[in-house]
Amino acid sequence: MRRRLVAILLIPALAVGARAETFAERVAPCLACHGENGQSSAPEVPSLGAQPAPYVLIQLYLFRGRQRLIEVMNEATKDFSDDDLMTFSDFIARLPSPRPANEPTDAQRMTRAAALVHQYRCDFCHNPDLAGRDNIPRLAGQREDYLIKALREYKSNTRPGYDASMADVLARISDAEILDLAYFAARQP
Amino acid sequence: MRKILCISGFSAAAAVVMASAVTGAAFAQQSPAAPAAPAAPAPSAAAAQPLPPGSPLLGRPDTEAAKKLAPVAPPPVPTAADKLPLDKLKAKAGFKVELYAAGVPNARSLKLGPKGTVFVSSRLQDKIHAIVEKDGKREIKVVASGLHRPNGIVVHKGTLYIAELSQISKIENIEDNLDNPPKPTVILADLPKDEAHGWKYLTVGPDEKLYFHIGAPCNICMPPERHSKIYRVGLDGKDLEVYASGVRHIVGMDWHPTLHQLYFSENARDWLSEDMPQDKLNRVTKPGADNFGYPYCHQGNLPDPEFGWGHSCSEFTKPLTLLGAHAAALGMKFYTGKAFGSEYRNAIFLARHGSWNKSTKLGGDVVVIKLNSDGTVKSMAPFLTGFIQNNNYVGRPVDVLPMPDGSLLVSDDFNGAIYRVSKGSSRVAGNK
Repeated sequence: MRRRLVAILLIPALAVGARAETFAERVAPCLACHGENGQSSAPEVPSLGAQPAPYVLIQLYLFRGRQRLIEVMNEATKDFSDDDLMTFSDFIARLPSPRPANEPTDAQRMTRAAALVHQYRCDFCHNPDLAGRDNIPRLAGQREDYLIKALREYKSNTRPGYDASMADVLARISDAEILDLAYFAARQP
Repeated sequence: MRKILCISGFSAAAAVVMASAVTGAAFAQQSPAAPAAPAAPAPSAAAAQPLPPGSPLLGRPDTEAAKKLAPVAPPPVPTAADKLPLDKLKAKAGFKVELYAAGVPNARSLKLGPKGTVFVSSRLQDKIHAIVEKDGKREIKVVASGLHRPNGIVVHKGTLYIAELSQISKIENIEDNLDNPPKPTVILADLPKDEAHGWKYLTVGPDEKLYFHIGAPCNICMPPERHSKIYRVGLDGKDLEVYASGVRHIVGMDWHPTLHQLYFSENARDWLSEDMPQDKLNRVTKPGADNFGYPYCHQGNLPDPEFGWGHSCSEFTKPLTLLGAHAAALGMKFYTGKAFGSEYRNAIFLARHGSWNKSTKLGGDVVVIKLNSDGTVKSMAPFLTGFIQNNNYVGRPVDVLPMPDGSLLVSDDFNGAIYRVSKGSSRVAGNK
């Protein structure tokens, strides 16, 4: 595992070799919070493993331009070039997918939430396994607290998103349903 | 140790945030909102039940193909000029298409200043760009930034008006201050903040008032009182009044050059079916009184399966013509130039952004709509095509702008580019 991680870190490092800092040095602060193996263990900090690169690129772009306001992320990306944005997103997309939450599961709640996933068509855009694709993020195995936070922000229009797709979807989703949806997605492999 | 070293590269404030986040790792993967024994009332037990009769979710497609339908987001970084799909774009015979400007991120609405500056809005980015020609070269400048969904722009008597998600602002004498423009001054604030269909199109009427709309904050719902309406307001932001109602979402409006009536494209609801309802071309003939049917009636003749009960489509103003299901009819302008020939005089050029809620993509073109003398529609035909290749977008047209020389500009928000269509034969073989 350790060896594999080092290998992953080295490949982009060569591509960005002209900079004084190596890529490994530049990406280390990201991994400190978001987790070295794609899995975050920090509250409300998302796991990034296996996130589709186009989605990550959009988020980094929004952070750089302060269109999405998370101070630590705005600060981290403020001097990124367009090439940096792409290098970091490609790297993040190659991190291993996060492990789903492995605490005891409430089967009834999972059934109820599975119906919601279908009713609100989460599975149309995010794929039936919630692995995401292109500009649409992976939800499977994501931290439950982060999912709740994100969904509530979309519903209250405090996280505008890149386009307004999620605000549209959330218009009809209640807070109780948000909790069920997050519970379900966090437990998908 | 390494983590601490890395954090030192950040600002102090950021480091505190990060440090607290890292030390919080002990609480990893708790389920904060899901107690072990769920004490909260089972709120959505009904959701697992079969849908009630009339639910708009009935008949939702379950095939694998349909499950791949999702809104298409453009890349945030504009496409390099040499990677643009110019060889794919086909103008109608007798016309040619060329690049006008590349590197205009998320290029949306196009408007012309009296001194010849082309202003370009954005929906997903925070900036308004201006394109000026100087010594035969085009220069792209940022004239406003830090805006939220600044999709609507119009230039009137030298003043640039900008419609953001929830406010309208202005910059006076914009073309005299392109290199150092002042910050926009807000003239109308406190519009709704809903993100869904919150971006606006902006135009100025013959009465020298600003016209804009507040879209439905959803795909299909009973809109709140202020939503789903076209408004007009004085150039000073005063005397706001409703101009038309029953409108789901508009991203294109213009004024008939001789009848002086407001024409607009309207986007119909999603998820009802592959082929219905269609987007509409509408015209306001009874200011203040026209109701175009949303959410009760779609495309002039299709009652909504949920909200249509108790209503008849005959209650509402009919569309002039239909523009295709899910085709996303956006920017439209009347062509009053002479260069294209008399058959195009006072015709409408309209950009169809292209569908997402449809298995086989539709739109992704600019159509020309010719009118009868009473303003009704005579014909509609493709004018610029090729944005869809193998059921994928290589670009997406948003707005059109007839130029003083008679050519037509077309914005593409997918590539962050603007094309120019003019009379002549194309350099691309087989494009006749």
